[in-house]
Amino acid sequence: MLRDEDRIFTNLYGFKDSGLEGARSLGDWDDTKGLLARGREGIVEEMKESGLRGRGGAGFGCGMKWSFMPKEASGRPHYLVVNADEGEPGTCKDREILRNEPHKLVEGCLVAGFAMGANTAYIYVRGEFLREAEALQRAIDEANEAGLIGKDACGSGWDFDVHLHLGQGAYICGEETALIESLEGKKGQPRLKPPFPANVGLYGCPTTVNNVETIAVAPTILRRGGDWFAGLGRPNNTGTKIFCISGHVENPCTVEEEMGISLRELIDKHAGGVRGGWGNLQAVIPGGSSVPVVPKSVCDTLCLDFDSCSEAKTGLGTGAVIVMDKSVDVLRAIARLSRFYMHESCGQCTPCREGTGWLWRMMERVCEGNATLDELDVLEEVTYQIEGHTICALGDAAAWPVQGLFRHFRPQMEERIAAQQAATATEAA
Amino acid sequence: MTDTRGDAAQQTDDFAFTAANLAKAKAIIARYPKGRQASAVMPLLDLGQRQNGGWLPPAAVECVAEMLDMPFIRVWEVASFYTMYNRAPVGRNHVQVCTNISCWLRGSDDVLDACRNTLDVEVGKTTDDGLFTLSEVECLGACVNAPMIMINDDFYEDLDAGSTQAILNALKEGGTPTPGPQNGRRGCESAAGPTTLSEVPEFKPKKPAKKRRPAKGKPSGGT
Repeated sequence: MLRDEDRIFTNLYGFKDSGLEGARSLGDWDDTKGLLARGREGIVEEMKESGLRGRGGAGFGCGMKWSFMPKEASGRPHYLVVNADEGEPGTCKDREILRNEPHKLVEGCLVAGFAMGANTAYIYVRGEFLREAEALQRAIDEANEAGLIGKDACGSGWDFDVHLHLGQGAYICGEETALIESLEGKKGQPRLKPPFPANVGLYGCPTTVNNVETIAVAPTILRRGGDWFAGLGRPNNTGTKIFCISGHVENPCTVEEEMGISLRELIDKHAGGVRGGWGNLQAVIPGGSSVPVVPKSVCDTLCLDFDSCSEAKTGLGTGAVIVMDKSVDVLRAIARLSRFYMHESCGQCTPCREGTGWLWRMMERVCEGNATLDELDVLEEVTYQIEGHTICALGDAAAWPVQGLFRHFRPQMEERIAAQQAATATEAA
Repeated sequence: MTDTRGDAAQQTDDFAFTAANLAKAKAIIARYPKGRQASAVMPLLDLGQRQNGGWLPPAAVECVAEMLDMPFIRVWEVASFYTMYNRAPVGRNHVQVCTNISCWLRGSDDVLDACRNTLDVEVGKTTDDGLFTLSEVECLGACVNAPMIMINDDFYEDLDAGSTQAILNALKEGGTPTPGPQNGRRGCESAAGPTTLSEVPEFKPKKPAKKRRPAKGKPSGGT
């Protein structure tokens, strides 16, 4: 288990003051000027050394991403955009940072913005997090008043403004280019890439979009050293991660743990175990609704990091561990997710616009046992026609849960259909 | 019972921001670069909706379009894309029940039933007294505190049928129930008490907070 001294989010539960004084007493804003004095290159190199991979779900190397921003001034402003549009079902980690550790995020914006030559950061917070946004705005105001951001931030000579922007209820705006569109005042519909935001992003200017957790851990990494962070977890899967454990555990909770912790240890140590004991476990979705569901046999040995999850044909995603015990109709659970993706499809690409609704209707038929066995093959095939054929990953995200179901729970789907057919035959007789 | 979603049947004739909200609107517009005032469209629509008692009439959309020098249809497009804009009147308390996976696993069906029964209203409808609108919504991002509902701007978490009923009854009687977890726990900690953060070492600054304070000769600690 991760030692407390290696935890970054020491006020995760909000037991202490989340204001500037409290934040300083936990180490935030300690010699930030000194961090900036390392220069753009120095900061990016340290982040690369830490091995930090983006915490929003895709897991792209953070230092690498920052290094994509143009080095030479081109006359166009650079922007840092923080994705706080947390909406992946099962995920509620950024919420805790926003309301309990907002200064880590604001300080992270400064060091990240400086490292990419940006003088402005926009933090895009989902609209439903109004109370969290109020906490963040307080932190921004405090930092401005204390000269930590604004003109000559921390006495570094770098001007840096942080603005908060509230979303208004669209899951798709968690996709980075949809978020940029939304920030520009449009419908949140993803853009084709290339061009990538690092070249043509917000207002056509170089932009980097990072998740809240990714930005909030940056100051601590710089202070304690990339090698410290890289010493936790294992190569290519370094550091700590906030996990949200929800569903059928005794005590659902959010906790920061070491990357690569075993699923069982995480659940047993922090969430009081699976409801009814480990033997009562049926399935887990280990990284938020978009990643494939895995059955107990996989859970028995699953470790929670990017590569381990991908080897198990699922994903670490956002670190949102959704636990289902044996009382759950897994088919119904996945059908619920299909309905979610139908609701959230932005309608831009046909495979997603048509496909997500079709998946949901088919999944409902499967749940009722009203589909035929042949239709199961069609259903599976259609998920592959959606996956990879849309502008953004929402199509993939809609397809993967259903694919996970086919990979591990096809017998249950067939049984359901057989049972319904038998019942119909009896009625007819 | 009246519909809450879909385009408004009723039109309000006029809409203008109050002086206080106009000042707020100007401060919002100033957050964005010159010529990029369209970025303010979402916060301004939100401001208009709040001023108008929780829903957005076409007149308010028109007002925002004029302020931002945007075609009406571009603003309407935004107003109809995002689910938090109500294009028809809603009750004084907008009760939004999350029924996505984490809430569903922990009993959001019971919570939704409790709302229906206590308020005697169907999903998507408003009570005749105009006090409550009931909606079913997608994940609101409080999954370890499931099941949960959002009423106006506040989250009520760790619910069951009984606590849901108690909250709604309190609102009916004009009370202000306390938001957050309803089972006594604090935030997202384990209900059995936090499993971490009991042994966080005291932070020692790298540099004295104030330069004039003499150094105490302590080795500079990490964070």
